[in-house]
Amino acid sequence: MDFALILEWSIKSIVLILALLVGFGYLTYYERRFLARMQVRIGPNRAGPMGLLQWVADAIKLIFKEELTPAKADKLIFFLAPIVTMVPVTVLAGVIPWGTSVRMFGRDVTLYIADINVGILYFMAVASIAVYGLVLAGWSSNNKYATMGGLRSTAQMIAYELTLGLCFVTAVLLADSMRTLDIVAAQRDMWFVVLQPVGVAIFILATLAEVNRAPFDMPEAEQELTAGYHTEYSGMKFALFFMAEYEKMIVISMIGATLFFGGFREFWFLKDTFLSVDQTPWLGPIYLFLKLVVFLGGMIWVRATLPRLRYDRLMSLGWKVLLPLSLVIVFITAVGIILAESNPLFIWLIPVLSIIAGLVAVLAVHLELRRKEYARS
Amino acid sequence: MRVLEPFLAVLRGLWTTLRSAFEKPITYQYPEVKRPVRPRFRGRHELKRYENGLEKCIGCALCAAACPADAIFVESAENTDEARYSPGDRYASTYEINMLRCIFCGFCEDACPTEAIVLGDNYELSYTDRRQAIYPKEMLLDPVPDPAMLTPQKTPPGLYTRSVPEMKNPQD
Repeated sequence: MDFALILEWSIKSIVLILALLVGFGYLTYYERRFLARMQVRIGPNRAGPMGLLQWVADAIKLIFKEELTPAKADKLIFFLAPIVTMVPVTVLAGVIPWGTSVRMFGRDVTLYIADINVGILYFMAVASIAVYGLVLAGWSSNNKYATMGGLRSTAQMIAYELTLGLCFVTAVLLADSMRTLDIVAAQRDMWFVVLQPVGVAIFILATLAEVNRAPFDMPEAEQELTAGYHTEYSGMKFALFFMAEYEKMIVISMIGATLFFGGFREFWFLKDTFLSVDQTPWLGPIYLFLKLVVFLGGMIWVRATLPRLRYDRLMSLGWKVLLPLSLVIVFITAVGIILAESNPLFIWLIPVLSIIAGLVAVLAVHLELRRKEYARS
Repeated sequence: MRVLEPFLAVLRGLWTTLRSAFEKPITYQYPEVKRPVRPRFRGRHELKRYENGLEKCIGCALCAAACPADAIFVESAENTDEARYSPGDRYASTYEINMLRCIFCGFCEDACPTEAIVLGDNYELSYTDRRQAIYPKEMLLDPVPDPAMLTPQKTPPGLYTRSVPEMKNPQD
């Protein structure tokens, strides 16, 4: 390990952290503008050209705001909670590949920080640490709304992280590897979204619940819990929670892109043209960025449209519908892969069977709801 | 079909929000673009003048009496032909409205016998100090096009003899 390599890693890490911070800033701007347009408003357009510096103004305001610590709070944990929320999110981004490698300053610079052979396991492990931050924040605030927000977020995270993990498993099975780079490389001929559409649908639902976005934003349901787990936070500590939430959106979108939408790769039908990442490695980050913009736009769009679910229904959806369905999907994927060893055409059994499984699940939910309707009347 | 109805409902909702994203925003860019006020809008008070520049207010203090918030203070003094402010006997030597007390009900407008006080279109009232909220007569009086029309004016004797100027019946 020579000095240049350490320098390269340090520079890449700093670039990634700065990209995440600026990305957070512009994500809030993107959300506010897009949400405003869907509500036939304009949105922030004063600070800087077209309001592009709005997030700088917001950040400065938050830094200079007074930081309150409740008198009966657990001071140490109250102080640590935002950090515990923020750090795993940043650390997660390190294993997401932005491209293969480019020639820069006479050396091959890889466009990812860490190439871990159990990348997906690492995602799951680190992502679950972040929820401690929310729980500790809720508990240490010594405030009943905050505690309830924290507890809700734990329950929700546990319920949906299982589903999310099983969705990861389908991608791992299809790629036959846990390395993120291998998973991306396996999507050279076909994005996994084509092979596993139902898995992606479940993944999207679980993702929305995982990052506490509408319509699953129970832990901070304003109308019920004032602000949920960060009720007592102000100033920079609140900014950290806010930042963590938005960076979680960015990171989970990147993970989704990596697992099911070809990561930094182009559309599979462009694989042998000059638009391919194999021939123009610089396009990798651009493709990933475009996918990110689309996914984040989708999250904002859903937020603008759907009202919040009731809490028990959220839990029912997670435990009674999505978890069994994702188990079935994993089973179908495994069977399809084994059958495809004898005849490659059998790989198409996976999408067909999983769509059937999805429809059966929808039908079962429908019948159950009808039964409850009868039972009530 | 009834099974898929909830999904269609979600898709319809998504379509609605997406469609409205491409509508023209209804926002007024406020300090640059001001939305015109309605004809009967009640904004900041204005003290009106006659065409020759004399003040309509005769200092009767009926507005102060009608004011439910006690926001108006009037002190009156005698007109002379040498220094004439209004066509009547008397004029308002002090006329102050406390904009923090005023509730913009428009009762002063109704009480005024000479239609001197009118609630105008200006709604941009802001102050950094309580004292600034008291608007004196100089701020409330209408401006004049010609400095010769400023009050007090010198008027020929015998022209203004009525204690209250002659009024037509109000039109609206």
